[in-house]
Amino acid sequence: MSPQKRVKNSQAQNNTSQGSNSRQTKLSAWKVKRDPSDSKHISKHGQNSPMEDYEHVDDQAEDALQIAVGYFEKGPIKTSQNKDKTLERHLKTVEDVACKNGLAPEGIDILLNAALSGKFGNAVNTRLLKCMIPATLISEDSVVKAVSWLCVGKCSGSIKVLFYRWLVAMFDFIDHKEQIKLLYGFFFASLEDDALCPYVCHFLYLLTKKENVKPFRVRKLLQLQAKMGMQPHLQALLSLYKFFAPALISVSLPVKKKIYFKNSENLWKMALLAVRQRNQGPSPEPLKLMLDPANVRPLKRKWNSHSVIPVLNSNSYTKQCGKKEISLSDCLSNTGSFPLEQLQSFPQLLQNIHCLELPSQMGSVLNNSLLLHYINCVRDESILLRLYYWLSQTLQEECIWYKVNNYDHGKEFANFLDTIIMAECFLQEGFYSCEAFLYKSIPLWDGLCCRSQFLQLVSWIPFSSFSEVKPLLLDNLAQLFFTSTIYFKCSVLHSLKELLQNWLLWLSMDIRRPMMNSPLETTLDGSMNSLSKLIDYVGWLSTIAMRLEGNSTFLLHFILDFYEKVCDIYINYDLPLVVLFPPGVFYPALLSLDTTILNQLCYIMHRYRKNLSAAKKNELQQKAKPQFSFSSKTYQEFNRYLIAMVGCLWTSRPFEKGIYIDPEILEKAGIAEYKSSLNLVHHPSLLSYTVSFLLQGKKWNWYLNYLFSEGLQGLKLFIRSNIHRSSIPPIKERIPQQY
Amino acid sequence: MDSYDAPQLTPRQSASSRPENYFIGATPLQKRLESVRKQTPFVLTPPRRKIPQCSQLQEDVDPQKVAFLLHKQWTLYSLTPLYKFSYTHLKEYSRLLSAFIVSEKQKGLAVEVGEDFNIKILSKSQLPSENREGKVLWTGWFCCIFGDSLLETVSEDFTCLPLFLANGAESNTAIIGTWFQKTFDCYFSPLAINAFNLSWMAAMWTACKMDHYMATTEFLWSVPCSPQSLDISYAIHPEDAKALWDSVHKTPGEVTQEEVDLFMDCLYSHFHRHFKIHLSATRLVRVSTSVASAHTDGRIKILCHKYLIGVLAYLTELAIFQIE
Repeated sequence: MSPQKRVKNSQAQNNTSQGSNSRQTKLSAWKVKRDPSDSKHISKHGQNSPMEDYEHVDDQAEDALQIAVGYFEKGPIKTSQNKDKTLERHLKTVEDVACKNGLAPEGIDILLNAALSGKFGNAVNTRLLKCMIPATLISEDSVVKAVSWLCVGKCSGSIKVLFYRWLVAMFDFIDHKEQIKLLYGFFFASLEDDALCPYVCHFLYLLTKKENVKPFRVRKLLQLQAKMGMQPHLQALLSLYKFFAPALISVSLPVKKKIYFKNSENLWKMALLAVRQRNQGPSPEPLKLMLDPANVRPLKRKWNSHSVIPVLNSNSYTKQCGKKEISLSDCLSNTGSFPLEQLQSFPQLLQNIHCLELPSQMGSVLNNSLLLHYINCVRDESILLRLYYWLSQTLQEECIWYKVNNYDHGKEFANFLDTIIMAECFLQEGFYSCEAFLYKSIPLWDGLCCRSQFLQLVSWIPFSSFSEVKPLLLDNLAQLFFTSTIYFKCSVLHSLKELLQNWLLWLSMDIRRPMMNSPLETTLDGSMNSLSKLIDYVGWLSTIAMRLEGNSTFLLHFILDFYEKVCDIYINYDLPLVVLFPPGVFYPALLSLDTTILNQLCYIMHRYRKNLSAAKKNELQQKAKPQFSFSSKTYQEFNRYLIAMVGCLWTSRPFEKGIYIDPEILEKAGIAEYKSSLNLVHHPSLLSYTVSFLLQGKKWNWYLNYLFSEGLQGLKLFIRSNIHRSSIPPIKERIPQQY
Repeated sequence: MDSYDAPQLTPRQSASSRPENYFIGATPLQKRLESVRKQTPFVLTPPRRKIPQCSQLQEDVDPQKVAFLLHKQWTLYSLTPLYKFSYTHLKEYSRLLSAFIVSEKQKGLAVEVGEDFNIKILSKSQLPSENREGKVLWTGWFCCIFGDSLLETVSEDFTCLPLFLANGAESNTAIIGTWFQKTFDCYFSPLAINAFNLSWMAAMWTACKMDHYMATTEFLWSVPCSPQSLDISYAIHPEDAKALWDSVHKTPGEVTQEEVDLFMDCLYSHFHRHFKIHLSATRLVRVSTSVASAHTDGRIKILCHKYLIGVLAYLTELAIFQIE
């Protein structure tokens, strides 16, 4: 077995202290031998040292543990001759496993029961209690059961003491405490026992809530204090009571005392540390590589004068060469050039574009829109590279979340980003330096610092393959998205909408080019694939966000804004793509309580219909490009949505297909007659319109016109394009009957 | 990335950052971007490296010539490629730079640019009578050793010297750096060395074979606590460190990430055994060995002539990572 594998094993094991110990002991015994306290560790691991079948060993340990637990469950077998030996063996097994990995809740349940039931002797019980170390958590039931044993007088005083100490130590690992809290009175009564009193006090100190503080308990505590004198543990409990109910306790208590309890958990201290580490899980390693406060030497702003962006300067070098006319001027290719300082207007730029002198530092173009025009049409790659290098380094150096304690420059950094974003908007194009910067810095971004700027940069990421962008950017962004406020979610959705728009513009420009012998056709397929994956990804984000935010209307607005862009791709951008929204967006929007949402949904559905019809028409007309045809699935999906909507709003037969709702549930909810409750009249988001319409006392067949006149343009378009009204509008017949 | 080649028919004239429209095949910028995209942000270091060897290149170098590099504290900078830099114009650069410095400082200073592109500033004595050589006030040198990965993506207009080392007052570094930034459109950033890379240095330098050790191996950890930080220094006899390394080291001629981790873990656990302090929870800020010593804030001192190239190659790698 190779040494590397071994290391991996020990790393994989866990991050506990034992893990690192085992790692160290496998090294040369270098200096270890001298230290007697550690020799135990070595020998212990020595037993395991044939690591070849590490997992196998683990399996065996598992089995042995099960047998041992079974043994303790049944209780000692009286007739067995080598009873002591068997007991010892099983006890050892339990101790080993408990120390190493902790015990499962079931194991603890059984063993705790065994220890307190008095089946075994005191010594065994003590050892068992000492190794009640949870792997992760302890179930509340086990504790309640254990407490019940305390009442039957089966266990000795010392075991009781140990049990309470264990309870205090493990308090945080008990999964629930509701039932334990119900036993408050029992625990309180145990204060009477002088030996138990300090530990019970400590336990009560952890358990007490305001509702537990009662006058009779206060009296009892004061009585105990009078009997036993000023005991720190009693004082602790009293001060807690006084904190909850100052009116009940008038005695003065020492204020400053901090340590009331002897550290009764120290028996399990190391074990607890291990449990905590297990519960937290391993911390992500790679971050530490960069989280180092690397920029301990904040670069001298003096270097780059006062501002981040260099001042516009024509080539200083040329100037200094001046009249000498050395060969150097050749290499700078500036013969008869137009000096930058004189460049003031766009016509000037056009006249001198062939002989414009370039700035000595390319970064200075950011502040000059004329030069931005220039670099927009320049073919010299080196100019772009100069800008790329400068911008990449400056972003990295200025970025404030790379600097540990240096938030002074926050404003300045935000201004710098604003300048970049302005340039990007001006060029209608993102810089690659910014893209690289986003990829590098997003894992360290807190989601707060320069949020608006950061998200704007996201929307300017140049078009690229979705599968590349996703792991570098979107997966990191999604983590922040799910854990942040609704406002953050909305901002992210907004910037993703902008990103989609920029990509669409970029692609639609490209596609209008006549296709020569280029590999465009395959590329176009790939591009559409990227786009549809981006849209699907946003759909996924939206669906989860809707659940997280309880179908918030505010959030839904942003989501529908995104889909307003999506539904029109085919017509507006002339790209062969139609992607529908997921059900997780459609249904909440359809059932929303907000009129504007319903209206927006209607509009989107209307546009989807337009786009799909146009696509179908084109497809029938020119069968030349079969690869652009949409799958029938898209049409089917759209039809399903459309049927649901019309069924809801118009024919009062919602959800007849697709969704099945158990009638019993509807009955329980008191809406057995739900069918008509979602139509245009009764739909919760339109109810206020119905009422005000009725108050005006107009005729029913004017209801639709009334809705349209109230500005529900989306609804109007939807109804007009999807519903053929016969000469007698059906609405006229049905609605009065329902009223 | 998709690249379309239809230069004549492009509807809009150009794009600020889309050179691939105009060039068939991958341009340097494009290659660079691809490398950025492919590289997940944190996979920054190769999992294994060669142990510095006394190379042929090393032997060719005249010890006299590199002597001035040793036993001096250098401050490290990373540097983006220089635009339109030419080795044939060093004399001219020297003249321009000294003029620039004079205009900045209004002081009598002379600049000497050596053949192998290092700069020295000599103070000119104000007294005309004596004809002695001026004292060196400031030295800086550019360096690129085995920086192939960067060179691949740099086009011919650029000269790639990613590592810059300076010794002397920072105000001088600032003036000279500014001149270079203005003249060659490059960018200087301080090159800090994080604890991760310091551990690598510790391991690689401990692994070097030495005829005799000149200094103890010493580590410095810093515990961030207010008001003053607490520093923990940990000195080991270099032969002990080497013995530990040999016990950890398995792959001949190479250092692997596992070995580096193991080496540091051994030191940590030994320290913990005696002082009950988890060094792994603190921050490694300095590593000194007989080969060289490095500080996290980007200062380095090279002690051993034999492994000069190896040390510089690693520093070049770090500088390249910073500018990528």
